[in-house]
Amino acid sequence: MIEFVKPSIDYFELWPLLAVFGVACVGVVVEAFAPRELRYRVQVVLSLAGLVGALVGVVLVAQRVQTHDDGAARGVLAVGGTIAVDGPSLFIWGLVLALAIAGVLLFAERHLDGGASAFAGQAAAVPGTDAESAAIAAHREHTEIYPLMMFAVFGMMLFPAANDLLTMFVGLEVLSLPLYLLTGLARRRRLLSQEAALKYFLLGSFSSGFFLYGAALLYGFAGSMEFAAINEAVRNDVGGSTLLLIGTGLLSVGLLFKVGAVPFQAWTPDVYQGAPTPVTAFMAAGTKVAAFGALMRLFYVALGADRWSWQPMMWIVAILSMFVGAALAITQTDIKRLLAYSSVAHTGFILTGVLGIQAADELAGGEISSVQAVLFYLATYGFATIGAFAVVSLVRDSGGETTAIERWAGLGKESPVVAAVFAFFLLAMAGIPLTSGFVGKLAVFSVALAAGAWPVVVAAVIASIVAAFLYVRVIKVMYFDEPVGTGPSVAYPSVLTATTIAVGAAVTLVLGVLPGPVLDLAAVAGEFIR
Amino acid sequence: MNLLSHTVLLAALPMAEGGHHAPVVAPDMGFGGVFDLLWLVIGLPLLGAVLLLGVTPFLPAPARAAVDKHGHLLGTATAVASFVLSLVLFLALLGRDADQRQVGQQLWTWFETGSITVGMDLLYDQLAALFLLLITGVGSLIHVYAIGYMAHDPRRRRFFGYLNLFVAAMLTLILSANFVGLFLGWEGVGLASYLLIGFWQHKPSAAAAAKKAFVINRVGDIGLSLAIALMFATFGTTDFGAVSELAGEAEQATLTTLGLLLLLGACGKSAQVPLQAWLLDAMEGPTPVSALIHAATMVTAGVYLVVRANFIFELAPIAQTAVVVVATVTLLWGAILGCAKDDIKKALAGSTMSQIGYMMLAAGLGPVGYPFAIFHLLTHGFFKANMFLGAGSVMHGMNDDVDMRHYGALNKAMPVTFLTFAMGYLAIIGFPGFSGFWSKDKIIESALSENLVVGVLAVLGAGITAFYMTRLMLLTFFTAKRWETGVHPHESPKVMTVPLVVLAALSVLGGVLLLGDWIVTWLEPVTGHAEHHEPPLPAIAITLIITAVVALGVAAAWFLVGKREVPREAPRDVSFATRAARADLYGDAINDAVVVRPAAGLVGGLALFDRVGVDGAVEGGSAAVGGLSNSMRRLQNGFVRSYALSLLGGALLVVLALLAVNLG
Repeated sequence: MIEFVKPSIDYFELWPLLAVFGVACVGVVVEAFAPRELRYRVQVVLSLAGLVGALVGVVLVAQRVQTHDDGAARGVLAVGGTIAVDGPSLFIWGLVLALAIAGVLLFAERHLDGGASAFAGQAAAVPGTDAESAAIAAHREHTEIYPLMMFAVFGMMLFPAANDLLTMFVGLEVLSLPLYLLTGLARRRRLLSQEAALKYFLLGSFSSGFFLYGAALLYGFAGSMEFAAINEAVRNDVGGSTLLLIGTGLLSVGLLFKVGAVPFQAWTPDVYQGAPTPVTAFMAAGTKVAAFGALMRLFYVALGADRWSWQPMMWIVAILSMFVGAALAITQTDIKRLLAYSSVAHTGFILTGVLGIQAADELAGGEISSVQAVLFYLATYGFATIGAFAVVSLVRDSGGETTAIERWAGLGKESPVVAAVFAFFLLAMAGIPLTSGFVGKLAVFSVALAAGAWPVVVAAVIASIVAAFLYVRVIKVMYFDEPVGTGPSVAYPSVLTATTIAVGAAVTLVLGVLPGPVLDLAAVAGEFIR
Repeated sequence: MNLLSHTVLLAALPMAEGGHHAPVVAPDMGFGGVFDLLWLVIGLPLLGAVLLLGVTPFLPAPARAAVDKHGHLLGTATAVASFVLSLVLFLALLGRDADQRQVGQQLWTWFETGSITVGMDLLYDQLAALFLLLITGVGSLIHVYAIGYMAHDPRRRRFFGYLNLFVAAMLTLILSANFVGLFLGWEGVGLASYLLIGFWQHKPSAAAAAKKAFVINRVGDIGLSLAIALMFATFGTTDFGAVSELAGEAEQATLTTLGLLLLLGACGKSAQVPLQAWLLDAMEGPTPVSALIHAATMVTAGVYLVVRANFIFELAPIAQTAVVVVATVTLLWGAILGCAKDDIKKALAGSTMSQIGYMMLAAGLGPVGYPFAIFHLLTHGFFKANMFLGAGSVMHGMNDDVDMRHYGALNKAMPVTFLTFAMGYLAIIGFPGFSGFWSKDKIIESALSENLVVGVLAVLGAGITAFYMTRLMLLTFFTAKRWETGVHPHESPKVMTVPLVVLAALSVLGGVLLLGDWIVTWLEPVTGHAEHHEPPLPAIAITLIITAVVALGVAAAWFLVGKREVPREAPRDVSFATRAARADLYGDAINDAVVVRPAAGLVGGLALFDRVGVDGAVEGGSAAVGGLSNSMRRLQNGFVRSYALSLLGGALLVVLALLAVNLG
């Protein structure tokens, strides 16, 4: 009989995780017991408090784990070695929490659509029926979105910190399931939203299946789920490398699906378009950050010794993602789909960074590690994306948000500030100097170059040119095209959305002009611990 | 500290053998006393410019209105204060021993990149002292005069801001201790001149003239900036001190290139052939005030550059010869233009071009000529300022008409203007005893000693000068009245005539600087000791010949203009020479044929290549991407089963790729 050993739990180090999880659970209780009219206020305050508390926790933990200073790994393995609280984890936690705070602000926005949020009043009501009309008339709304989002945030934090395959899978599912639900909750164009949710769910489950199968194969190869043990097995070449290779491939399917890399990108445009825009904003930024954290941990920690076998595959995926994303974005007529494909291209750029050298002791002087570059890129991408989608939620016509690009013509005259801010985010995504995107691209390209992946970098530079075209095209439409019909109108947002946009723009500018501090922070994060 | 360490370091290096060397610039640092205030000479007018241009627009409306009303007084005050300070500094410098008259001041390190350090350093020596007096002195008089001239202009505050900016930039140019700082002032002067020429921007001709001046100056600036780059590459620094130390060790070809590049820069700023075309158009400048700025102040920057860089030109005889050739061509070119122009400001501008030619000629002669270049520059500053302001006074009385064919017999109507103008006139033609007589005489004498052909051409130029200036004088103040109906000439207000009187006095008395060869001795530590060549004739004979030629020119003008009736319209059936001179000797046509049309052809070819080659590639590329995009879009058909299939295919691809790489 196997004796059950109670794991020791490092409550202090896990405080950020526990705070978010706890708030999520309390949120469920609030839904059950708090009166309907109070819930909105309580849930928003509760979520923000939980996220801020977790963020404070991240800072405190970061100070605690910063015990040695040689740029190498630092941190603790918590809960019996299943969760790694190390520099990269903490950086990603901080980033996810900051983006989640912005996400809550966007979720809570009720100024844009006549006092209602972007979410369905009664999700169970069939679109176009009396039940739906009644729900709208009664100003119903689902405040469950806040606990759902908290669970997603919890998943996003667990996913990159997971130190074994099972925990990683749990993180993957906890992150995904609430997002499937949130995707289907749009107030307007509900059929599109529900279709997107279903597609996301089906494809997500399908890819999770691949991940799980890959985990099983790797267990078969190494005899353990733990990354450190897998690493040992790979290093010692225990035989059965076919198992290892197929397992690696299947695991990467699950992860590359989440980051939206080609050929697993098919869901992104449909889901980004169908989901309520606040959800798209949060999901596009948060999921990518979390999934790249997990991807790096898996490939660097568990499979790092086998770098030469998976890197060629990653080269191909990176190049495909950049080109397919950029090329498909060009012919899009919907701004959310365009941003979705642009995020696919960005996935390719970030993968370029993943190809760099991660170990600090293998770097020449003055070079930055791939972890540092990718973390920095994620920060730039996250804030620019959430800001850009927040702007998308402002541009409206009589039928709610207007996402057709041609309808954005004349925005430069209608609302110079909104158009300028959006143009700024687009320029950042295109990687124009003095924006964060430029520094981010420079960082990932240079680490890939240092690692000898110059074909990928050449492809990346060409793809950047193609991508620049599509961003500039939108700017051209906003400023130089004659408006169609009455032209777009811009809803005046409350302080919530305004804050999100302002912070996004400020971070994008500051990271472009003074990237030093954040680059240093990413450097202090150091390596993954094993 | 850089300057000092350089100097110490370089003092240890052996000097190159052979050739005569210009004196090394080695200023003493940290003088204390009044010299610590050196920076204020620039700082005061700069402050004025910042307050009038930068701060005022942000003031609340009532305060702004107050500044609009009284801002010109602030602008004038800063210029005058700067002049007073310059005077004090000059007196302090006079009180020092001859070998201790180079004062340096290090303000701050401007920028540092790699091995290059450029300091914000100032150098105040005998040369700079004279320039300071000229610029702040004449500049102050312009400010005073403009109070009256611009009295009715609604944008007067801005005008004075530009004037202050101009003075500050010009002083930066003069006081910098390295070529980069000089370039800063150089460009600042260019900017201010652009703003001033185009001040009445509602006139298309003014806007076009401003643009022309700016563009042609850019050509010269390229020369100067390339020279600076070459200095950095050769010497690693542009400090006057270090470069004057190191110049002897550079290769001959480098020095020649440097000299020619500097000459190109000087040609642009000083309107020398072939970059002369902008100066006459710059007379579109709204006022004789700005015209004066360009004609009597800014254009001397090129002369200053050549004299200041004497340590390079002394070692580059080819470049020096080029200076002399350019100068001789220009002095005749400008004089011929002056003969044909009916616009009083343009006639004066042509004369300016010609006089600058004399200065450049002197500067090209080496140490013999440097002091006289500066001497003529000073006297010219006085008498040309005098005449430009006089012309402005005439225009003021004639409702801003500039056509001399509409003047005549103004000596009665505007007695003060007439008398002061006459002093300037006598000075410029070189009437014995007047300032211009001494300075021009010295230049021609030196030129004759160095090269007979150049000397004779310079004498010829003096004759033509006498002709066109007499013509101008006669057309304006004598001959019959040809006024437009409704014009009632009147004397200008005191605020305009007082500067005229001051300048007229200086035009007459400027020659005192030559008493006992004072200016030669004064400048010798900067420009070096001259080895005198014996002139081909005794000096007194040369003087007599020049005076005779001048008298001939005056007489010619008297018989051709003064004795005849002057038509109110310019006659059309004139000789080829007159037509050519009226068309600026086809300067614009030459520019057009030599530069503009080939450049346009080149640009056209590039545009064609851009359209066919580059655009073809780009548009072809974008069409290809677009086509690819459209065909790939069809895969995104919205059916989740297709997506799942693609996911499965992708998974296969990934696994196969892994296996193929590792097992294959």
